[in-house]
Amino acid sequence: MTEQTYDVVVVGSGPGGLAAAIAAKENGAEKVLIIERDIELGGILLQCIHNGFGMEVFKEDLPGPSYAQRFIQQVSELGIDTLLDSMVLEATPQRRLYVTNRKGGISTFDAKALVFAMGCRERTRAQIRVPGTRPAGVYTAGTAQRWVNVEGFMPGKRFVILGSGDIGMIMARRLTLEGAQVERVLEIMPYLSGLSRNYVQCLQDFNIPLHLKHTVKNIIGNKRVEAVEMAAVDDQRRIIPGSEEIIPCDTLLLSVGLIPENELSRQAGVQIDPVTGGPLVDSYFHTNVPGVFAAGNVVHVYDLVDWVTGAGKEAGRGAALYAMGKLPAGSSCITVRAGNNVRYVVPQRIDAQVLEQEPISLQFRVSQPIEAPVWLEAVADGNSITRRSVFYARPGEMLTLPLKPEMADGLRGAKEIYIHVNER
Amino acid sequence: MVEKYDVIIIGGGVVGCMTARFLSRYELDILLIEKASDIGSATSAANTALVHPGYDPVSGSLKARMNVAAVPLWPGLSAELNFNYERSGDYVVAIGPEELPKLDELFERGKRNGVNGMHFVSGDEMRRREPLMNPDVSGALFAETGSICDPFGATLAAAENAIMNGVTLMRETAFEDFIIQDKRIVGVRTNRGDFSCRWAINCAGLYSDFVMHKAGVRPDFKITPRKGEYLILDRAEFQLRSVYFPVPNEVSKGILATNTVHGNAILGPTAHEQVDREDKANSSDGLQEVMEGARKLIPAIEPRHVIATFAGLRAAGNAPCDTPGVDYRHDFIVEIPAEVRGLVNLGGIESPGLSSSPAIALRVIDLLRDAGEPLKEKKDWNPIRPARPRFRHMSYAERQAVIQKDDRYGRMVCRCENVTEGEIVAEVHAPIPANSYDAIKRRTWLGTGRCQGGFDLPRVTHILARELGQSELEMTKKGPGSAFLTRLTKQVEESHD
Repeated sequence: MTEQTYDVVVVGSGPGGLAAAIAAKENGAEKVLIIERDIELGGILLQCIHNGFGMEVFKEDLPGPSYAQRFIQQVSELGIDTLLDSMVLEATPQRRLYVTNRKGGISTFDAKALVFAMGCRERTRAQIRVPGTRPAGVYTAGTAQRWVNVEGFMPGKRFVILGSGDIGMIMARRLTLEGAQVERVLEIMPYLSGLSRNYVQCLQDFNIPLHLKHTVKNIIGNKRVEAVEMAAVDDQRRIIPGSEEIIPCDTLLLSVGLIPENELSRQAGVQIDPVTGGPLVDSYFHTNVPGVFAAGNVVHVYDLVDWVTGAGKEAGRGAALYAMGKLPAGSSCITVRAGNNVRYVVPQRIDAQVLEQEPISLQFRVSQPIEAPVWLEAVADGNSITRRSVFYARPGEMLTLPLKPEMADGLRGAKEIYIHVNER
Repeated sequence: MVEKYDVIIIGGGVVGCMTARFLSRYELDILLIEKASDIGSATSAANTALVHPGYDPVSGSLKARMNVAAVPLWPGLSAELNFNYERSGDYVVAIGPEELPKLDELFERGKRNGVNGMHFVSGDEMRRREPLMNPDVSGALFAETGSICDPFGATLAAAENAIMNGVTLMRETAFEDFIIQDKRIVGVRTNRGDFSCRWAINCAGLYSDFVMHKAGVRPDFKITPRKGEYLILDRAEFQLRSVYFPVPNEVSKGILATNTVHGNAILGPTAHEQVDREDKANSSDGLQEVMEGARKLIPAIEPRHVIATFAGLRAAGNAPCDTPGVDYRHDFIVEIPAEVRGLVNLGGIESPGLSSSPAIALRVIDLLRDAGEPLKEKKDWNPIRPARPRFRHMSYAERQAVIQKDDRYGRMVCRCENVTEGEIVAEVHAPIPANSYDAIKRRTWLGTGRCQGGFDLPRVTHILARELGQSELEMTKKGPGSAFLTRLTKQVEESHD
């Protein structure tokens, strides 16, 4: 077993990991390593061949692989080490990683600061307990995306898609362009779970019907999917008897949510927010374990990759500062809480002293859609700290509220800050 | 007739494979036929994964005798065949004072059946041993011989050991009829042609009635499949310390909550009769019933802990017990019937069929010997089936050593269960080659974790195709008709209207 030491080690090379590694290097960390399980850098971006990436970061509309390539280029120019085709088997609270790969076998890496950037995994059929048989032809949208876009295979001819997540809608378009028939997209909730722009560009433009408040009641077929039984649901998401309809198809794609992938984080002792499924972090994306940071979708599921890049940069900067012993030790910790119609807020804690030095962006999602102008408001001890207005609030789209250094005064002595989303 | 065998075993479930393994000890040409694309893929792959101590079956029944006789065989068998087996003990748990007398009944029945190592545990002690237990627990019956095992692993290991000792296995080979001359079975007709034999052994499980009726035996015997639905919990979220049964009811042992050799808790099964012998669909009612039943014992279980669901079918029969004075109508059949010569007839091997399987195999051998079969032992019979490396169970030093020998063990394919490419390749080239995704999954436990194959599926399909020298388009989930992929992208297809 070989042993090596780094200033910053980043686990995962999707948009969060790439940005973290680059930011770590740019902020003074000398030895930076990215460990990636696949044979090349880029993570899931490599299978996202559709456009829509980079409008915030580059003011350009790029496909996923092109977006990734800009960062991969920087990684190479900055002399960041990479270890590909390698899996981290174990992470300790002392920031030691045990890694396996074909070339070196088992090796260990000790990091002064560690950034977890494992992204997320897709929610599966079992987790939403779709009844029925267990034939071939039931796939998560991401698995199908990899087959179609990377491996060059079609996983079916006639599709039903359960869930209106972004990957599902994007795959509906992709499969249609590849000559498949996409019968329907079913969404159990009364609203879209992905971005509205994907609904317009991927479903509407291709005449693919979306059925809100509908789900799959049963999967039919022993060897390969032969049909699914769809049904309408009531406000409690219970199936409405008599609403059932059999849809012949050979494939059911699931786009029913993403779950941050935090098994390594847990091993390292990182506390997980039960709502986000990701670590509890501060504005540097520093977890409760000293020197362990989290970047991007591993913290919570972002709606746009550009925001993941931004979060990765913060985590990487924090990791570099920690590795150099320059990260400000937090003294006045304020808990950030989800208020009216807010499902969660990241970061879950902020430091007023840090806020005095630099702005902090709060990121959150609403519980229920409001299709009217809303106030996003931060309240501490009954006093409004800041608020801003947006045209609507939808669960599928992340909201942000910037806190500025001049607001630090109003937070002095506060223990908690509540974020509310109310109709104007 | 093309090929001649001394013995043809019909059905490659745990009973057929155990029978093949124990019978491979003797100078016999044996053919084991299995209609599915893999052995052990029906009832033997979808059950509660327990070896029962034997206090549950009706005293005097063949079920009780086989179960109790098999219990002491399992530790040695797992040592010889290298499958996962752990004598964890099991508990029947009484909730509330009204259930306590049932424990006495079970204890008495266990004693009558010859079960050793049972004792009572107080409610307080039960809560101490399992902090997640329902606080209303009033007491429990502990049986130290209760065990958890990998039922498919046991089936596979037995079959591989049989093959090592000369047994021929043919998969995708379905029994169609017997060839009978002068009331003697002289061969078996299959979808792959006829095979001659001196003995046929009916190990057809859910189809055992169909098979025996073809020989004119027990026309009244009928299999009524009884479905059991199960939930599997994420071991990162929820773990149990042992095996917990509720007090049993008339139909079944009830919905239990148990740990497994893989570390995941299993909940189930339901027990509902059905006509269809292939329908293993889960239902929302069934899954709800499992959840509610299990929460009676372990209230903290929540739907979000579930990572997988499955259902299995018990091959429940209607054979009356032939012990005088015992009125029981769902007994095992393990017999040489009078109606026809050359048949060892098994039927109704439902729960505790897995538990009983080694004893059933030995009883088959006794019956053959009693029927005058010489059963000469092979000089070179090898009872040891070696295990293949399992990365997740190894220390780092062991991992390093195995990667140095074959670097494919260094590449992780299933990130949740830590299954490597080396393990997949080894299973494709094993004595019973894994030839489908589910076959790989059952052998390695790949794809059974949190992501349920979402990550590994395209990778496994690729490796499987490469190792089998076929196209990925031909790769299946579970044999013919279950291909994952339909065509290449960018291919122009005919209009699909």
